[in-house]
Amino acid sequence: MLKKTIVFTGIFWWLLMMAVIIVNAQTKLGTVVIHFSHTANQQPIQFNDSVYANDFGERYTISKLKYYVGAFKLDEKNLSLGFDKYVLVDANQTENKIIAQLPEGNYHSIQFKLGVDSTDNCSGAQTGALDPLNSMFWTWNSGYIFLKLEGNSSASTAPDGRIEHHIGGYKDSMNVASTIRLADNIAIEAGKATDIYISFNLDRYWNAASKIKINETPVCMSPGFLAKTIAANFNAIFSIGSKTITY
Amino acid sequence: MYISAKDEHHQPSPLKFDIPKGWPKPSKNIFAKNKLTEEGFQLGRKLFYDGNLSADGEVSCASCHQQFAAFANYDHDLSHGVNNALSIRNAPALINVAWMDLLHWDGAINHLEVQPLAPLTNPIEMGESLENVLKKLKKDTAYIRMFTAAFGDAEINSQRMLKAMAQFVGSLVSSNSKYDKVMRGEAQFTDYEQRGYETFKRNCNGCHKEPLFTDNRMRNNGQHLNKKLDIGFQAISLRSEDSLKFKVPTLRNVQLTFPYMHDGHIYSLFQVIDHYSKNIDTTQTRLDPILKKKINISNKERIELVYFLYTLTDSSFVRNNRFAADHITTIKNPHHPQLVN
Repeated sequence: MLKKTIVFTGIFWWLLMMAVIIVNAQTKLGTVVIHFSHTANQQPIQFNDSVYANDFGERYTISKLKYYVGAFKLDEKNLSLGFDKYVLVDANQTENKIIAQLPEGNYHSIQFKLGVDSTDNCSGAQTGALDPLNSMFWTWNSGYIFLKLEGNSSASTAPDGRIEHHIGGYKDSMNVASTIRLADNIAIEAGKATDIYISFNLDRYWNAASKIKINETPVCMSPGFLAKTIAANFNAIFSIGSKTITY
Repeated sequence: MYISAKDEHHQPSPLKFDIPKGWPKPSKNIFAKNKLTEEGFQLGRKLFYDGNLSADGEVSCASCHQQFAAFANYDHDLSHGVNNALSIRNAPALINVAWMDLLHWDGAINHLEVQPLAPLTNPIEMGESLENVLKKLKKDTAYIRMFTAAFGDAEINSQRMLKAMAQFVGSLVSSNSKYDKVMRGEAQFTDYEQRGYETFKRNCNGCHKEPLFTDNRMRNNGQHLNKKLDIGFQAISLRSEDSLKFKVPTLRNVQLTFPYMHDGHIYSLFQVIDHYSKNIDTTQTRLDPILKKKINISNKERIELVYFLYTLTDSSFVRNNRFAADHITTIKNPHHPQLVN
């Protein structure tokens, strides 16, 4: 009987403490809103019409730019995207934003993954961002296209001057899922929203660790060496544009 | 299964996936995240037999995977797609697919649920977009009813469609051939068959492993590069050592699944045996090591071996009404050939 009372009292205190912790945590949460914006030649990307030039003087237009992002972290704090694990960013959409809540504080980096984890490449039919209906799945060679860039260029040797870069690959040596880590001081304040603007700079897509000339590689349609070469530039593409706190 | 319109809280009836006695467990349980139910299976069956899934309304999964040919394409080295297109590989038999980790001759498909996307969207097969397929399904009241029965509400999406198809195709288990009956002690091999079985165990069992009669691995069995320059698994793995590797097919129902090999260039079992015993160039560097030792087989053994292979024919599988098109099972005409049991 005494034992029981002790156990019950213990459980009671434990529950009370948990409740206090939860209430405390709730009062300290702030909101982070991560926006993705896309530029080429220092201009916001206009689809189909605007002509851009890469560092090699090759002129091109863009008709599609889509990519998967996920596993967001501020320092070591994981951001929950709610129901979905991934977000499919489409540069042709007026807005690409990710909203999450996290404890207030001063953070020093934001991190995310460009691509889809190997397990999620092998888990059968999926829904949401990973729905094959989004045309980001290779039907003839199972796996997700992590980044899709399409357009046209007079420099392209492909039919109709096409640029078709479908970059992906999840198997060991062909894996191109990339962790992007951007250092910056990011303040999250309780009850307020911090907007972080992440900029995708298409100029760096062609020219960073790898030199990607449209003339030499207008098309990349499968995992492998070329996809890895292109993906080597993924890290250099992203930067933090600006941050604002909304009261 | 009768579903009352009034019964709004109808639960789909769970089905048990039976692993035949003495068989290995599939290495991954394809029904772990896709609960096998009678309603899901029936929906999958309807989709499998529906030509409307293709661009021209003519080509269904069953066009190239015919039940009477053990879900291979009878007497076709290559198959016909929309617009009179010809495929580049032989349609593989859909037998005991639940045990396969990789699908397609080149092992390119990593999960049964995503397999239908390949033929559906391939311009030389069904030539349709996933978007259009879903549009067609959403307009069809029979599908709305069946998706509701299988998944609890009327939402039709790609995931549900693909999961239902996996329920049907994953259920295509063949385990009741004469060979199986002999193993269960319910029948006896003839002397010819028994000697053929011995020959089989001496020469073929390394790759065509019992009881599935395949190890489902990618192997180079000494074929030459064909005119389509089909290099097989190498195109997927990007490793030169995988040149001309193709998935080892099951020998179950092999009597019905001719023509043979990834491009269907061999029409008879005798010629297949000749390929292994006479025609392989054993000096090829990338030939599977298991085939480097010449297979010696007399003409008598060759005939006995074919007698044994015929014992792998499972008539209860190719005549199982549960696997047949719905309109065939509901036809009242007793003279319909599919109804002969």
